[in-house]
Amino acid sequence: MEQYLPLFFVGVIGFSLLTYIILDGYDLGVGILLSLAQDDEKDQMIASIGPFWDANETWIVFGVGVLLIAFPAAYGLVLTSLYIPATIMLIALVLRGVSFDFRAKARTQYRAMWNHLFAFGSVVAASSQGWMLGAYVMGLESTALRNTFALGIAVTLPALYVMLGCAWLLIKASGSLYAKAITWARWTVLPMGLGIFLISIATPMVSDVIADKWFSLPAAIGLLPIPISTMLAYAVIVWVLWHESLLEQGFAWLIFVGLVVICLMSALGLAYSIYPDIVINKMTIWETAASTASLKFTFYGVALTLPMILIYTVFIYRVFSGKATKLSYE
Amino acid sequence: MEFDPFLLSRIQFAANISFHILFPTISIGLCWILLFFRTRYTLSGDKEWEFAYYFWVRIFALTFAIGVVTGITMSFQFGTNWPGFMERAGNIAGPLLGYEVLTAFFLEASFLGIMLFGKDRVSNRVHLLATSLVAVGTTFSAFWILSLNSWMQTPTGYTIENGVMMVGSWWEIIFNPSFPYRLAHMVIASLLTSAFVVAGVSAYRISKNVDGPGTWKVLRTGICMAAILAPLQIFVGDLHGLNTLEHQPAKIAAIEAIWETESGAALSLFGLPSEADRTTHFNIELPRMASLILTHDLNGELQGLNEFEGEHPPVSPLYWSFRIMVGIGFMMLFVSWFVAYRLWRGTANTGLVLRVLTLMTYSGWVAVLAGWYVTEIGRQPWIVYGVMKTAEVVAEHSSGMVLSTLIAYLLLYAFLLVFYLLTIRYMASHPSRSKTSLEQRAQDNQSQESQADNAQIEGN
Repeated sequence: MEQYLPLFFVGVIGFSLLTYIILDGYDLGVGILLSLAQDDEKDQMIASIGPFWDANETWIVFGVGVLLIAFPAAYGLVLTSLYIPATIMLIALVLRGVSFDFRAKARTQYRAMWNHLFAFGSVVAASSQGWMLGAYVMGLESTALRNTFALGIAVTLPALYVMLGCAWLLIKASGSLYAKAITWARWTVLPMGLGIFLISIATPMVSDVIADKWFSLPAAIGLLPIPISTMLAYAVIVWVLWHESLLEQGFAWLIFVGLVVICLMSALGLAYSIYPDIVINKMTIWETAASTASLKFTFYGVALTLPMILIYTVFIYRVFSGKATKLSYE
Repeated sequence: MEFDPFLLSRIQFAANISFHILFPTISIGLCWILLFFRTRYTLSGDKEWEFAYYFWVRIFALTFAIGVVTGITMSFQFGTNWPGFMERAGNIAGPLLGYEVLTAFFLEASFLGIMLFGKDRVSNRVHLLATSLVAVGTTFSAFWILSLNSWMQTPTGYTIENGVMMVGSWWEIIFNPSFPYRLAHMVIASLLTSAFVVAGVSAYRISKNVDGPGTWKVLRTGICMAAILAPLQIFVGDLHGLNTLEHQPAKIAAIEAIWETESGAALSLFGLPSEADRTTHFNIELPRMASLILTHDLNGELQGLNEFEGEHPPVSPLYWSFRIMVGIGFMMLFVSWFVAYRLWRGTANTGLVLRVLTLMTYSGWVAVLAGWYVTEIGRQPWIVYGVMKTAEVVAEHSSGMVLSTLIAYLLLYAFLLVFYLLTIRYMASHPSRSKTSLEQRAQDNQSQESQADNAQIEGN
């Protein structure tokens, strides 16, 4: 049993970072879109994410926390290598988090400033996360080619977040904001698709290790479901987006689900490409795992609390289900 | 001029943690005060308690949010700046941080949504439960992080294999010798800090005549808490000091600036400790008092700094931080008892009382920071006391890189601190929303009734 503990924790890290990308992704996306909305629409956008964003951000703390617990050496290597983008992301996350609260409470004359900072922080956080992801996939080695690759993800990830934000607004928003969300989504879906397509092609071209893993038989056949599901999900998103009757019948959630499928497939592809390393070409999962006693102790904690966390997360989403209403503390 | 990247990393860590701790310090205590308001309202149906809840829950939301986002920085910076710490102590530090996320962060962040915005969507009971869960969550969070910090001060329950620390006994690690004292000291500090914030802001609201007489109830809550907790804190602080003397005598020697080991050591009230001359200049001291306080014996022996030469923490920062913390502690005791007496006599509504309380609003912050500087600078040069030195675990970044991020953080923190204080003052000088909306509703009803009356009269 014990030799599977490191694998279990790789799974937990993967799960929490994927959850982070989906959940904080939609609220970062809403943040990025904030500048494009009218004032009353802005209030509605903020109201739609108000009860959730604190908990959404906790998933990145958890993901990074488990990396720290289970693979301390990899945690050190990844974060020292990504020192500057990580710092930029942290400052951006701080700025947008506080802007969210300040805009509702500070003097009205500062409200425009907090709105701008909220949007700015969201864009910068999303981009730096994309850059970090790109640098990580490339084994934390900095060459012109690899940096271009990271730049590609730094542009594509915000597009994915914007799509998640639009899908969220299609579920939560009403009136003029709802109409705008459709327009924004139609503008973003093609660049996002192109970005994901280009990244998928570029990955094996830039990294020999990954190319070997992808294009050897029979792995290549086993991997086929990943691109196929991604394309199907993408087709569904486009189909629903250009059929307003479907949207009006309440099928907007299909767009969100399609995006979740795309994220999940990308994560599976990524996991396959990296395994059994934890940092490509540098460290394997088994080399860097923490001591068994520590992993066991944490395992019990995760096994007990993670199901509870998931249950009350679902509960919170049910309490605040339906169209967003004006935020009120009373 | 070339800066030492190690020193810059330390300053950056100090800046991050100092700014972060300000907000949890308020939210840990304020959350229990909110639960009190909420419970009082549920039991009595008194609207004033409901106003108090909704006024303070907005301040709580803002404070909590800054605590959350600056806390994300914490979870990254062990990796960005101190990777050696996690590589060598990660087996122990990691799970403790992990349990904090699992048992506290998710709980607080999730139920905060209901606590803030859920009143119309859930029953009163669920709303009360959500408020309790957030309060419990913040306290769990203090439990785990203080356990880890205490373990770094007084490490027990470990073995070392190939330079890496391994778990011996979780029980000994979590409940290490300094943990109960530090946990009690910090939780009381949080409650005391938020008691003075609540009393100070209320005093300001009363002096500006923002609300009705209900604000006095809030002020009284803060003062009663402070009057009970301030002496308790001095007692717990004394126990904590005795515990430190047992496990970290060099820290105590630096706090009291005792250079030579001696029996019946004098207590230095004020002086200028000089590490170069290894003496305290212009020293004003009380004979035998240090021995009395620390060993509860006039002739007790205290170890001096010269026993630890080269391995003791810097003296002046500890000496001064400690005196600031204790000074504020006694000021809190004096002010809370003075105002409690005035409240009891019914003579609290004077400019003096209100001004003093307003000035003391953030006094807890200063004491908490000073206290943490004593304990953290006092651990140096070690990161895990007696086991691992801070200089051994720092990341090898260029000083330019660390300097650039340090400047960015400092600018961000200065900006946020200014706006936090401005916003609290702005909120303090305006009526709580529920009050205005409720009065508005009452007025609307009245005018409708009077219209109806008029219609009747006209009909007649």
